[in-house]
Amino acid sequence: MAPTHSLTPAMQRQRNARLRRNTFYLALLAIALVAPFVAYPVFLMKVLCFALFACAFNLLLGYAGLLSFGHAAFLATGGYITGYLLASYPGLTPELGILAGTLASLGLGLAFGALAIRRQGIYFAMVTLALAQMVFFFYIQAPFTGGEDGLHGVPRGELLGLISLADNLNMYYFVLAVFVIAFALIQRTVHSPYGQVLKAIRENEPRAVSLGYNVDAYKLVAFVISAGIAGLAGATKTVVFQLASLTDAHWHMSGEVVLMTLLGGVGSLFGPLVGAGLVVSLQTQLAQSPLGNWVSVILGAIFVICVLSFRSGIVGEIQKLVKKNFK
Amino acid sequence: MTMIFGVPLAVFMGQLMLGLINGAFYALLSLGLAVIFGLLKIINFAHGAQYMLGAFAALLGLQYLGINYWVALLLVPLVVGALGVVIERTLLRRIAHLDHLYGLLLTYGLALIFEGTLINFFGVSGSSYPVPEALQGGVNLGFMFLPLYRGWVLVAALVVCLGTWFMIERTRLGAYLRAGTENPALMQAFGVNVPQLITLTYGFGVALAAFAGVLAAPLYPVSPTMGSSLLIVVFAVVVIGGMGSILGAVLTGLGMGLVEGLTKVYYPEAANTVIFLVMILVLMLRPAGLFGKEA
Repeated sequence: MAPTHSLTPAMQRQRNARLRRNTFYLALLAIALVAPFVAYPVFLMKVLCFALFACAFNLLLGYAGLLSFGHAAFLATGGYITGYLLASYPGLTPELGILAGTLASLGLGLAFGALAIRRQGIYFAMVTLALAQMVFFFYIQAPFTGGEDGLHGVPRGELLGLISLADNLNMYYFVLAVFVIAFALIQRTVHSPYGQVLKAIRENEPRAVSLGYNVDAYKLVAFVISAGIAGLAGATKTVVFQLASLTDAHWHMSGEVVLMTLLGGVGSLFGPLVGAGLVVSLQTQLAQSPLGNWVSVILGAIFVICVLSFRSGIVGEIQKLVKKNFK
Repeated sequence: MTMIFGVPLAVFMGQLMLGLINGAFYALLSLGLAVIFGLLKIINFAHGAQYMLGAFAALLGLQYLGINYWVALLLVPLVVGALGVVIERTLLRRIAHLDHLYGLLLTYGLALIFEGTLINFFGVSGSSYPVPEALQGGVNLGFMFLPLYRGWVLVAALVVCLGTWFMIERTRLGAYLRAGTENPALMQAFGVNVPQLITLTYGFGVALAAFAGVLAAPLYPVSPTMGSSLLIVVFAVVVIGGMGSILGAVLTGLGMGLVEGLTKVYYPEAANTVIFLVMILVLMLRPAGLFGKEA
């Protein structure tokens, strides 16, 4: 017989919480598996790619307290490198192309991160924005990006040389697999001892320094992971839509990912997912309506409303409600 | 013909002049950002949009109300500055007690609203604003031809920058402002109306942006997106100079304009990015910025 009597109430609570969380994850995964039979797979893939992008961004803002206003650079780098390689070398399989794009973003993240963490707070946001704008100008002029036109007709190819991704359903499950793996990585990072230190730095940096933590190294690692996953999102998006364009590198994109995270809930794992889903749906819906020209005004208004009265985001507000009423 | 490193003198001086003009705008805008940052501790992401509103107000004033350039130069900063006062009173004040990053996000949202609304009415292509009659033509300086309007922009920008410096460093109001930057709570205890000071400061910073917008209207195409791309460069200028000193902001702005002009002469491909490269260099060598006090 298992010695259940040795569990303290605290351990019991912890075990229950983990059980609830796992059940929640499994239910979500089940929904994601049947979703392409209910909704348009290309739309779902777009949501997943942006959700991954937002999750990567949230790792930095929500857990390290660093507001990057230049994450578009990583999304675009992943997209352009993957797109260029897949279009130029027909023998290359998509997973290798995506890997190359991700690594390129990782490298860029290392360089930008090392520069940006030299300044704090508001300066950090301005530095990342300026660096990303430099990348934008580079991609306009660089010979391999197709300039204003972008890269078109990137082949989806065959996964491992075996499974054709031209089929939307195959593509969808591949994107879902990428998302789940990357999300699990973020989840592990956040709940690891490393993640705890990161949160400590966010709450009180001087204290963390006084306790002997190498704060800059912790921040840099977070920045690099975040940049790499943002690049992975961009690379995957390029394979799905078979194109890479300047839109991804523009600073509006950096602003959009901030909005997705803020709207969904900063510092909650699922917030960015919800936020990305909402913003992408909103953009898709508005594009077809007479309000199509007002997208950026509406996004701006949501920004203002979020900051004024909705700072925990949708997931954060729901968590507050649940805590208030059920505990 | 005199040549400077293989470039004709007239071309060289012309580009330097263009760079200096750009630099004057960097200086005016980073000055406004620094003034706002000093007291409110937020980065005004709507600064570019407010600059654009200044240019548009001048253009529309001329087209629909027949307001001429000189009146616009006085009136528009007041009107747009008043808009800034309203923004501070109704929005920024409510989030003043929060992390200052929220101020950046809120003003970013406002910038999207301003820009998007004007794009809907006027499109993204620019309109031109006529150069005022008194400043048409130019003078031959011997080594180069100087269009009068450009000379005027440089003088006006410098006068306003120095005036702002004088007000902040040498007057009673400026002393309050500097004290408020150091310790607002103590100021309030001494009976100074700090909330009012904050409102006025934000309004003044916004008015500076609008003034720059009116100055820019006859030089650059007036379009809803004219402010946003400029603002990102100004951010880089602010990172380079640091926001600690007024004169530092002005000098960095002018200097970066010159650097940009020189790059245009010798390596035009990098003209767009040279300021960002300087920023990287400064971050590596002197992370606090050229005139910065704290990291």
